[in-house]
Amino acid sequence: MSSTESSVGGFWRRFRRNRPAVFALGMLVAIVLVALLAPLAYPGDPFAIVARPFLPPFHDHLFGTDQLGRDVAAGIARGAMTSLLIGIVATVCAMLIGVVTGGAAGYFGGRTDVLLMRMTEAFQTIPAFIFAIVLVAILSPSLESTIIAIATVSWPPMTRLVRGEFLATKNREFVQACRSIGMSDARVILRHILPNCASPIIVTGSLMVATAILIESGLSFLGLGDANLMSWGYLIGAGRTVLRTAWWVCAFPGLAILLTVLSINLFGEGLNDALNPRLREAG
Amino acid sequence: MGEALLEIRSLRVDLPPGADRAHAVDDVSLTLGQDEILCVVGESGSGKSVMARAVMGLLPVPRVRVGAGEIRFAGEELTRLPESRMRDIRGKDIAMIFQEPMTALNPVMTIGRQVTEVLAVHTRLTGAEARRQAAEFMAAVKLPDPEAMLDAYPHQLSGGQRQRAMIAMALILGPRVLIADEPTTALDVTTQAQILALIRDLQREKRTGVMFITHDFGVVAEIADRVAVMQHGRLVEAGPAQRVLSAPSHPYTQSLIAAVPNLVPRKARPLQGVPVTLALRDVEKTYRARAGLLRRAGRTVHAVRSASLTLRRDETLGIVGESGSGKSTLARCVARIIDADGGQVLLDGVDLRTLSRRAMRPYHRRVQMVFQDPYGSLNPRQKVGDIIAEGPIVHGVARGEALRRAAELIELVGLDGKALARYPHEFSGGQRQRIGIARALALQPDVLIADEPVSALDVSVQAQVLRLLADIRDRLHLSMLFITHDLRVAAQVCDTIAVMRHGEIVESGPAAEVFAAPKHAYTRELFAAVPGRNWRHPTAAAPLANPQPTG
Repeated sequence: MSSTESSVGGFWRRFRRNRPAVFALGMLVAIVLVALLAPLAYPGDPFAIVARPFLPPFHDHLFGTDQLGRDVAAGIARGAMTSLLIGIVATVCAMLIGVVTGGAAGYFGGRTDVLLMRMTEAFQTIPAFIFAIVLVAILSPSLESTIIAIATVSWPPMTRLVRGEFLATKNREFVQACRSIGMSDARVILRHILPNCASPIIVTGSLMVATAILIESGLSFLGLGDANLMSWGYLIGAGRTVLRTAWWVCAFPGLAILLTVLSINLFGEGLNDALNPRLREAG
Repeated sequence: MGEALLEIRSLRVDLPPGADRAHAVDDVSLTLGQDEILCVVGESGSGKSVMARAVMGLLPVPRVRVGAGEIRFAGEELTRLPESRMRDIRGKDIAMIFQEPMTALNPVMTIGRQVTEVLAVHTRLTGAEARRQAAEFMAAVKLPDPEAMLDAYPHQLSGGQRQRAMIAMALILGPRVLIADEPTTALDVTTQAQILALIRDLQREKRTGVMFITHDFGVVAEIADRVAVMQHGRLVEAGPAQRVLSAPSHPYTQSLIAAVPNLVPRKARPLQGVPVTLALRDVEKTYRARAGLLRRAGRTVHAVRSASLTLRRDETLGIVGESGSGKSTLARCVARIIDADGGQVLLDGVDLRTLSRRAMRPYHRRVQMVFQDPYGSLNPRQKVGDIIAEGPIVHGVARGEALRRAAELIELVGLDGKALARYPHEFSGGQRQRIGIARALALQPDVLIADEPVSALDVSVQAQVLRLLADIRDRLHLSMLFITHDLRVAAQVCDTIAVMRHGEIVESGPAAEVFAAPKHAYTRELFAAVPGRNWRHPTAAAPLANPQPTG
């Protein structure tokens, strides 16, 4: 039950108490700004050769150049948009699938539940990353196929979460009261059950963005990303052969992934504490 | 009473800053003599449980701590004892039993292990001796087959058996003081009567001093030698049970006692010739554990068996029974929250049971329900105005009109119009129950089903809500199906009574007749179990035949 969380002010007050989460939020704002402003700071093609290969960092070019003389900083800045876009869009798709299947399984129960949950389990038996590789390979590498692959492998945990929340909420008396009024199922689900399950869904969703970015980086690293799009994983993949001679080619994109994923996770935890105050204060 | 065994002097327990008051217990002085039962009575938030925990040294320090005063037990000042000494006293000299035996017992340890653990901590008995002694005490608390009980896990016992096991555990070291914190509140009335008798007998036999915490004046009338009444952390009245129950001196005690309904049915009203609104014919509901791929069909539970009832216009029919009797299931079958398996639910001659969900929708409006749990029955994320207006909106009333009607209803149930713009968590339990009633009335039903509408409320609030329900019923000419486990409440509001047990209606008839001469053995058992059944207080609220408009 949510006691004081209805007001935005109360939410922000609780969120602010979690220092790492506030720091993470600042980082995320900065990363989004970099992604948005990258085309202004680094106009032109990030794949373009701009200088001599293997220029060390912090001289003419902030993060140096790679083996073809491409600017690493430009690659990171322009790649930020790719990572964020894929992370967010894939997560939204996975959340939609998860909420619909999990909600239906939890609310209707019976055969619907059995059918949907067996399907979910079937998906969970396949290792996520390998499954994503197979999907991208089948669909041929592109932005859309990366998103489809990531969404396809990430929805099952969301389904299970939503099903559990729905099961717990649908037997609460206020939901029975809705049924005794004669409300349609759709209205009960959308107006009464879903808002009461929103906090865990939002928190899990925010953490899924981090996982999605990792999968995307992994796919690009293996050369399964969109060939026309700069991305962090691509940079690392391209630089791995020169890791010992030109560490900066891999290190800076790696750092970008690390910071982004860490920030999203810390932010997600802060969100959890702020949305579910009881959990924290009980301890 | 004997000499003071436990003496509490000017005890003050401080709450952390930001709590709704500074002291949970404020300047309370009490004595507990040897060989007596002292009942500490109060409503929720009166500080009675905190006081008991202070005696046991079980306050959640450092947030809640003893601020001033003394607790003396056998010459020792408990509030300043080191924890190691306190551990010796706890269990051995002062023992405690709790309200909910399921959570007070460890679910993964057998009863025997838990009882003998107490002996292992405080005595040097060998395992075999400890087990023999444990078995003796299991027999002393009248548990059947003590040896088998020792090997059982808590979930394999019924609520009453668990409470007996708790009592055995508390008494096995022969404590001189037993603190019982609402030990029968979670139990059914017949089980409660047995446990009260058991505590009384053991107390007499072992000459223990018992501090019995309760909110129920019926229980007080049943077992107390002396009574202490608490309100907002202060002791407002203390004295011999006889005196306090028959002639309370403090106004708060007077109002508390006046709020307890007497076990006398309300005056019968003529119901002959009044048209029947709702008729149940052989309603059946069975729960089956479904067979799965690798699972055989589990056991079946007949929640409701062949239930037949009639409810006339203006009539209030009380369905009385203990937990698991099927009374709530029957109510939910009538409201079509769950679907009955057989029989007929006739509302003005239309069988609701066989209607499709779509065809049922207009009838939902006519049968509305008030729920038990004032905290769970309102959507925490909806404003009160939307909660009340939603029913009419779903049934096609324009939003503005529905909200206007909600404003009327909120005043009808005695709340301020400003309540509409607030969220449920801003209200007390009694106020939430009023909101729940307003929601049910918003659809202008013909039949109102009230499922234990007051059992989660304090007794004074309970009286107000009952009065409101009676008032509304008479003003709007509602038929009411009133589900309760509490015969006192049933006596106050019901015209007719149906007694349910194991899913069957064992007896039904006009309230006056059922109360005066119960026919079925189970009904007689129920009446005999009502705590303080022979106690009549002079100031009792009149039965609610002639409603007073309340604000």
